Amino acid sequence: MTDTIASLPLVAAQHLSLAYDGTLAVHDVSFEVRRGDVLGFLGPNGAGKSTTMQMITGNLAPSAGQVFIDGVDILDDPKHAKARIGYLPEQPPLYRELTVDEYLRFCARLNHVHKERLNGALDYAKQRCGLTDCGKRLIGHLSKGYQQRVGIAQAIIHGPPVVILDEPTVGLDPIQIRDIRNLIRELGNDHSVILSTHILPEIQAICNRVQIINKGSLVLADTIEGLRQRMQTSTLTIALRRAPNSTALLEIPGVLNAEPLPAGRIRLHHTPDQNPAEALVERSVREQWGLYELVPERISLEDIFVNLTTSETDVVTGVAQVTP
Amino acid sequence: MSGIWVIAGREIRSLFLSPLAWIVLTVVEFLLAYLFLGQVKLFLSVQPRLAGMDNAPGVTEVVVAELFRNTAVIALMVIPILTMRLISEERRNQTLTLLFSAPVSMAEIVLGKYLGVMSFFAVMWAMVASMPLMLYMGGQLDLGMYAAGLLGGILLVGAFCAAGLYLSTLTLYPAVAAISTFGLLLLLWVIEWAGKVGDSVLNNILTYISIMHHYESLIEGVFSSADIVYYLLFIITFLILSIRRLDARRMPH
Repeated sequence: MTDTIASLPLVAAQHLSLAYDGTLAVHDVSFEVRRGDVLGFLGPNGAGKSTTMQMITGNLAPSAGQVFIDGVDILDDPKHAKARIGYLPEQPPLYRELTVDEYLRFCARLNHVHKERLNGALDYAKQRCGLTDCGKRLIGHLSKGYQQRVGIAQAIIHGPPVVILDEPTVGLDPIQIRDIRNLIRELGNDHSVILSTHILPEIQAICNRVQIINKGSLVLADTIEGLRQRMQTSTLTIALRRAPNSTALLEIPGVLNAEPLPAGRIRLHHTPDQNPAEALVERSVREQWGLYELVPERISLEDIFVNLTTSETDVVTGVAQVTP
Repeated sequence: MSGIWVIAGREIRSLFLSPLAWIVLTVVEFLLAYLFLGQVKLFLSVQPRLAGMDNAPGVTEVVVAELFRNTAVIALMVIPILTMRLISEERRNQTLTLLFSAPVSMAEIVLGKYLGVMSFFAVMWAMVASMPLMLYMGGQLDLGMYAAGLLGGILLVGAFCAAGLYLSTLTLYPAVAAISTFGLLLLLWVIEWAGKVGDSVLNNILTYISIMHHYESLIEGVFSSADIVYYLLFIITFLILSIRRLDARRMPH
């Protein structure tokens, strides 16, 4: 986050709320995206991911709150704000009766790409999305994966600073998913990207920031680094051939608690700043405990996600209480 | 405002890529040509008797005016089918998001769509209007009356399309848009019939509201600015309603 022009975020959502028939679909969501960020937007179905994206892109007006794209308010000056966004909605907005070239040319002109730059933009977008050979094909005849690529090409054709992708890898085969992920990672170099997904490894693979939304509220916003630290716990699982009594284990510096597990394993809880692994191994050798297994426990992103989105207590502090 | 042309261009392209546009043009041209020839035959059979009369109706009154009347009937049936999908289908296929996310205003979207579908009907009108011109090659035609009828026809089609476009913004289902457009236009057509009996103020109002009443006077060669204003107001009203309708989703709730 050491950005030279960090003063102005590319996307700033402030206290967004949306009420549908009296229920709050999105409640007080605020976040910022800076240049070079790839922000992963996670949440169960119906949590408000797509709704939030529709509000950021000016497709849906919030009941309360504001959205600034590159400093431009999307409600006050939609034309200038929208020119700075490329958006791929959940369902790619494709005209099936057009060819890929016709469609992309239409999108470019719709986004005011200048006549002289039109062909260049077309080639750039097609090359980026691996569509170079499909220009003359009808969109309706393309496979789902290729239609998805056309959808992404449409979002980047005018070179917007912000690219917003709603579940870009849904319905693709593993190779296509890998290609699209690489593409998104590349996009992160010169665009800011917001993408929503259900697929947790995807976030770890391509994002540098994560946001989890549940029931319309943000329950976690962190960097991937921060998330990694959350995933480390202060627990070791060990297995000993000749286990001593638990007082001997508690004597090891840092160990707070020893909890017997099935199959002769023992779970050790320790203080976060003092990992007892080394001392434990030394002591085990000295006293011939017969240590044959030593595993630092980790919680997966999935655990964090499930915990955040199913527990009644919201807020970020919920993570600290995770017990694997 | 360049967005209007981009959207109109896409609309025309998609229209002519579908068989619907071609079939409509073929059927309309065939029906009107048949009716036109029938009217020419009628005129030829009564011509000797007409020749003896003072102030007898000429070929323009008998043949051309009738052609324009028939065109209005057919337009009433065809226009709802072509305007029904303008917005509702894009909303259904979720392609409207593309337009909403692009740096174009709702007015540009509505005007682009309107111009697109109007260009199609301009083609249709050009085909219809070329038929009387053939009479002009072999006889005389009241060109002033012909031009007034042509203008009236374009305004009428413009009004039909504006109403159809608005009703297409109201629903996700093209069929619903088509039927309600047809119903509205037919009502505006027959509303005059109630006004024909008696001569109260209400009757005059009903006659004024009627969409065909103004067309009839233009066909007869009466060029009155009141008729033109009626159609322009009609078109502008429905276009503004459409813009407001699209904006409603985007504006704060």
